[in-house]
Amino acid sequence: MERYLLTITVFLPLLGGLIILLIPKGRDELMKWVAAAAAGLAFLVSLWLLGPFEMGSAGMQLQERYLWIPGIGINYHLGVDGLSLPLLIMTALLSLLSVVYSWRIEMRLKEYLFLFLLLETGTLGVFVALDFFLFFVFWEITLVPMYLLIGIWGGPRREYAAIKFFLYTLVGSLAMLLAIMLLYFNAEPRTFGILELIQQQPLARVPALAALAFWGFFLSFAIKVPMWPFHTWLPDAHVEAPTAGSVILAAVLLKMGTYGFVRISLPMLPETFKLFAFPIAILALIGIIYGALVAMAQTDLKKLVAYSSVNHMGYVMLGVSAAAAAVGVPEKAHAATIALNGAVFEMIAHGIITGALFLIVGVIYDYRAHTRGVAEFGGLGARLPLYTGVTMMAMLASLGLPGLMGFVAEFLIFVGSFGVFPELTALAVTGVIFSAAMFLWTIQRIFLGPLNPKWAELPDLDRREVISLAPLAALMLAFGVYPRPLLDMINVAMTSLVAVLR
Amino acid sequence: MSFVPLILVWPLLGWLVNGLAGRRLSRTVSGLVACAAVGASFATAALALAAYVQASAAQAASAAEGASQTALSVIVPLFTWLGAGDLWVQASLQVDALSLTMALVVSGVGFLIHVYSIGYMAHDPNVSRYFAYLNLFIFAMLLLVMAGNLLVLFVGWELVGVCSYLLIGFWFARPAAAAAGRKAFVVNRIGDAAFLLGLFLLFTALGTLDISEIRHRVGELPDGLRLAAALLLFAGATGKSAQLPLHVWLPDAMEGPTPVSALIHAATMVTAGVFLVARLDTLFLSSPAALVVIATIGALTAFYAATVALRQHDLKRVLAYSTISQLGYMFVAMGAIAPAIGIFHLVTHAFFKALLFLSAGSVMHAMHDVIDVRRLGGLARTVRWTAAGFIIGGLALAGIPPFAGFFSKDLILEHAFALGMASGNYIPYALGLLTAFVTAVYITRAVALTFFGVPAEAGAHPHESPPVMLWPMALLAVLSVAGGALGAHAAGEPLLRFLAPLLGAVEVEGAAAPHPPAAILMGISVAVAFAGVLTGWIVHRNRRDPSLGAMGTLLEQRWYVDALYDRSIVAPGHATGRWMAGPVDLGVIDAAVNGVGRLFAALGAASRRLQTGYARQYALSVLIGAVLIVGYWILR
Repeated sequence: MERYLLTITVFLPLLGGLIILLIPKGRDELMKWVAAAAAGLAFLVSLWLLGPFEMGSAGMQLQERYLWIPGIGINYHLGVDGLSLPLLIMTALLSLLSVVYSWRIEMRLKEYLFLFLLLETGTLGVFVALDFFLFFVFWEITLVPMYLLIGIWGGPRREYAAIKFFLYTLVGSLAMLLAIMLLYFNAEPRTFGILELIQQQPLARVPALAALAFWGFFLSFAIKVPMWPFHTWLPDAHVEAPTAGSVILAAVLLKMGTYGFVRISLPMLPETFKLFAFPIAILALIGIIYGALVAMAQTDLKKLVAYSSVNHMGYVMLGVSAAAAAVGVPEKAHAATIALNGAVFEMIAHGIITGALFLIVGVIYDYRAHTRGVAEFGGLGARLPLYTGVTMMAMLASLGLPGLMGFVAEFLIFVGSFGVFPELTALAVTGVIFSAAMFLWTIQRIFLGPLNPKWAELPDLDRREVISLAPLAALMLAFGVYPRPLLDMINVAMTSLVAVLR
Repeated sequence: MSFVPLILVWPLLGWLVNGLAGRRLSRTVSGLVACAAVGASFATAALALAAYVQASAAQAASAAEGASQTALSVIVPLFTWLGAGDLWVQASLQVDALSLTMALVVSGVGFLIHVYSIGYMAHDPNVSRYFAYLNLFIFAMLLLVMAGNLLVLFVGWELVGVCSYLLIGFWFARPAAAAAGRKAFVVNRIGDAAFLLGLFLLFTALGTLDISEIRHRVGELPDGLRLAAALLLFAGATGKSAQLPLHVWLPDAMEGPTPVSALIHAATMVTAGVFLVARLDTLFLSSPAALVVIATIGALTAFYAATVALRQHDLKRVLAYSTISQLGYMFVAMGAIAPAIGIFHLVTHAFFKALLFLSAGSVMHAMHDVIDVRRLGGLARTVRWTAAGFIIGGLALAGIPPFAGFFSKDLILEHAFALGMASGNYIPYALGLLTAFVTAVYITRAVALTFFGVPAEAGAHPHESPPVMLWPMALLAVLSVAGGALGAHAAGEPLLRFLAPLLGAVEVEGAAAPHPPAAILMGISVAVAFAGVLTGWIVHRNRRDPSLGAMGTLLEQRWYVDALYDRSIVAPGHATGRWMAGPVDLGVIDAAVNGVGRLFAALGAASRRLQTGYARQYALSVLIGAVLIVGYWILR
């Protein structure tokens, strides 16, 4: 059983989706329960992984490896380490909560649930695949269901947003395919194995091809993150996507980009990444400040949260590029380790916090006010105390209040990056001022001041919404007060990664 | 001293009880739980003090033969908070003279203000939320002052900030309160960003964030780096302690309930910046240039805020500017290499300023929330106890002997003068003396307009506050009178001697500490204070309030600093955001993306025309292609 845990985790949602396809039309409750059971089981199995997973040891664990297409060196290869396991569990959790949140979906429920579970399998697979072919397959699997989720269940401009999302990401995928091919054809023996390619460093002697491969990956990952200036698909996609789609988009899909940078770009092309680390750090810095300032100017709550993601993913990329810049500089290895720890911690923190924020937007938009105009609210704090409390907590977490998860991440990123890029980091730290201004102004406009009589009858959170939000709020607080359980796991992986980079 | 963490545990428990079960508790139980939590915290801190004094004495006895005597500092480790790379942060508490002094002030004054709050907030529907926030604040402030690690200190620093935000905006339905809370948080964040940078600098250079290790190893840092770290941390201090140029949030913070103003925005939280400088005294005292900056900013702030206080009409705002001004004095003490004196003033100020605020709150209670001095008057006849409290606090603030403020302020001026003798820079002293005069004038004005003369509004029927509010005021009044004994020469300066081994042990290079003529300086201080009170009384007796013409307008408008910030920072900031969101993001970046999309669509449309479907045409193309290839091979 233990040998197949990863496969079970990844394919349980798909299995649930296939069962749902077999359920006759009209049995909506049954479909929902099957979906919840599949997502719930996947989450439980992902938690179960923590048992056999050895916290203290670096390297890939729970590996599964079978020949798939031996002729061209393709394997079915899965494994987890301290980088991917937290992302895997987070993905499973947020997918489950999103299914719970989606309970009131009525339109084309069967397709919705199937696509959603297919999406979950794709995202889970990306984080555990250790073979490029498999990685690419999972990567592309995520694209189609998300496209359809936006395009069918989305808002008024859903088709525009869906096409934009699809094409933009597809361009990135093609660039990644090119990079993978470059690595494959230069490897000896030829392989798609990610670990083998890291070991071999096939492009280490051909800098021009290495640069080509690097920028291929870069384009793909940077669009996904999204880094400035590749971010404009994000606000459109978020605004039009249904709430659960937004949650997965922000919490999980964006992480695929930063995960790619840490899992692939950094160890596979370290010298090349180092070469371009500074300009990439500048893009990250622009994203940090630009994201916060533009978010401040938004009147649509969903767009505001979307741009705050640009800001936060900028922090992640600052940490990653600082680590890249420290490649081959032994005295900066510690700083690089700290920065990477922060970057990975921020991936999880942003997933939990921003996932919660999109649920929060959904709560007010989908079933209550049917508007997301920040200026149209006011004074809700008096009417919806529970909702106000959760929202304030998530926003304070997002702006980096100590005691909540976001602070640990930002702090580690800043401390680590400061050891490598002191000037850039000093500028980036101003981001904490802008994001504070942005979120507090948002809180003020929505919750404080006199109650807008239009909303005098709004009900507070119902039970299902509490079930969706409470785990996220609890995690924000728990890992903010005591980050060790998560951070120790990440630290082992990042310490060994930096050691490989020397 | 393993029981020391209990000092923090009590208010945390109080917060949990009121935060989780508050809605089910009766108002009385809510208040009692909160008061008991802080009271227990104070009692535990007092026990810790006793244990510390005992341990100190034991250490002194065993080291009697040794010449050098270092201050005892007990580290109580709690747990390893986080670890990544070589950054390991140990959550620990540091028990020494400074942290104990602060903990006693925070929990002691905090306890009195909690008790007062029971009466003041008696009719508020959300009293359990209020007490939950207040307990959380006490926890955070104690964490700040007792932290053994700079990052843990920063955690406390941010948590007191968020409590301040929540409490300023406690009556959030009022737009002014909501805006004031946000302003406080954002302005503080500017300082916090600088604080963080200073912290990164220290960690990158020293590889540790442990406070006692930093204190002992600052000598290893190059001068420039030390100066940069000191200035960055001081910039953080200017935010929290409302010094120029980040002072603008504190007057607005008066939108919060008055006990909150007394506790957070007068007695405790705002002194965190002063505390930070004392906590890292070796860093600051070994950066002469930083000391000049600190003394100068402190003196300028003291003077600026005192002048503004001359022409404010909201009694609480007068006190707010007064707080800014007094904090300036504390920084002057820090800059004049007298951190223990600064802490002494911090303590006496906590007593008399808390008293002043609670008395002002009592005035509001009596007058149904009227707090504009132009609408008050004659209250000394109707609410005697409140008036007595305010006047005692006012005399202490004005520096009239033998009230507490006199002793601490006089010592600061003495050290500022010594600074002048040593360095030739008499500006802090001169401004400090001038400020002392202005201080006496503005507080006399506030007293004259509020409590004397004929009431401005005849219809009001002021009633005295209940005992639950008056008793805390009475105790603070006693402390405002007797608190000077903590540092008075005649009383043996117990507080200064207690702090001396920790804060007095710093060697300052080249300073053969000059001895200023203390008696003459004291005479001058007293004369200036009396002159100020007299001037204030002559000008404002019978509730006269001359407008001072153009200068009065300048002062009423706070020297136009707030307006300047709105025009030059806030408005352009929003405009930049809108510009980036509109013309840049949609107009350039997104347009470029969509442009690329359209370009490919156009290329597709154009190339479609090549696909005519005529086999002849395709054959011709193949032929032309073949000819070109062959031609290339031949001519090559």
